Amino acid sequence: MQYLDNYLQSKGGYDYKNVKRNELMKAQGFKEMPFTKTGTTIVGVLFDGGVVMAADTRATAGSIVADKNCEKLHVLAPNVWAAGAGTAADLHHQCAHFNAKLKLQRLNLNRQSRVNEVITKLTSKLFPYRGNIGVALIIGGIDCNGPQLASVSPHGNYVYHPFQSMGSGSLAALGILEAKFQDGLTKQQAIDLAIEAIEAGIFHDMGSGSNVDVVAITKDGADYKRNVRQYNAKSYQRQIPYDFPINNTPALRKYQFDIEKQELTEVGQEMEIIE
Amino acid sequence: MSGIFEYNGGSIVGMKGKNCIAMACDRRFGQQMSTITTNYQKVFKIQDNILLALSGLNTDIHTFYALMEKEINLYNLKENRKMKPTTFANLVASALYERRFGPFFVTPIVAGLENGKPILATYDSIGCKSDLDDFQVGGTGGNYIYGACEAFFKPDMSPEELEEVIGQSLVSGCDRDALSGWGGVVYVLTEQKLTVKILKTKQT
Repeated sequence: MQYLDNYLQSKGGYDYKNVKRNELMKAQGFKEMPFTKTGTTIVGVLFDGGVVMAADTRATAGSIVADKNCEKLHVLAPNVWAAGAGTAADLHHQCAHFNAKLKLQRLNLNRQSRVNEVITKLTSKLFPYRGNIGVALIIGGIDCNGPQLASVSPHGNYVYHPFQSMGSGSLAALGILEAKFQDGLTKQQAIDLAIEAIEAGIFHDMGSGSNVDVVAITKDGADYKRNVRQYNAKSYQRQIPYDFPINNTPALRKYQFDIEKQELTEVGQEMEIIE
Repeated sequence: MSGIFEYNGGSIVGMKGKNCIAMACDRRFGQQMSTITTNYQKVFKIQDNILLALSGLNTDIHTFYALMEKEINLYNLKENRKMKPTTFANLVASALYERRFGPFFVTPIVAGLENGKPILATYDSIGCKSDLDDFQVGGTGGNYIYGACEAFFKPDMSPEELEEVIGQSLVSGCDRDALSGWGGVVYVLTEQKLTVKILKTKQT
């Protein structure tokens, strides 16, 4: 049924071929591999004339830090950004997918993307998957209706609120936001508040850490500052660096493949060419 | 029963150097605590300037490699040109994410040279690409190799030095992991050549 394979491939979407096999393995008692999750603290703050979003930069796989400096602020449209918590692969691929979808729509309609349109599209996609697509997003942007900020949960629920926080560090960040948020903040005040909220998440939550990324979206565009604060820089230099002598590691055999000549030779053997 | 990931064992590591990249893997293929062979290939040459290392469940290593080989061959035939390493890195991420709800139990590392610039990317089993670090690890011994890499790694090493460092990191890491070891292979790729070195290690 080769035509089916080709049809499915060009149609795109998810491939469920391995599901039955994996279920059988789980039934036999195997534990699954941990996905990379973004333990995360992400916040969004509305201010007079725009919205500020900030995120930490740690990605975890179980209890290991998989990525010390990952990017959690994704562009969905030039005027709409998303900060993501949850399963890292889902976040990355869903945001890339929506970025492309919105771009196509902008080209077709010749109109700016709107925040509520992004929310609707997202929730319409997430709800049918019953929360199995693990993305918890804060969507912030500015459009013809002014600056807007909303959070979307993996099951497809959305909430509009002037300040949001999500992720494992959300409670720590929420403490800062609830205490210090006011209506009518200036851009710099909102940025400082967002950074402070992320700091609380970084220091109090084990799933968040490393650096802070910030983006401020206004009518004039999005001002993205990567690693605006760094808490995890190596504070020492090894005095005597490890310097391995060349050709020190004992080898059984050594081959060399010359790319230009497309020739494979064994090093150490006199002129012996192996096909 | 332990995890699916620990069934066969194995470790891989990739590093960036100055205009070169290196990959290393162990050679063990086991079934839980037994060892079946000690010459299982885990690093594959996809193209003259792209290497793909795979760790995890060995059957999925084999299947995923065959899938990637098919993709790149089709690409070469359709587009009549070589695939860029960054393109291949994205292809691996998409191929993994396509099976989001029934994943391949592999953690790949892709390494390549694009116009002389080293590219290195690692993924979890469902396609979360992580390409910002200078070294990446995978497999059951990955966490131990992390420690060795953090200690030995220096940025912008020459190909010869990189070969030493990656070899030592792999061997040190695999010594602490019961499910990896039984030899090591180091691949160093530069613009001019690919060097393959089979390491002499403790036979355990």
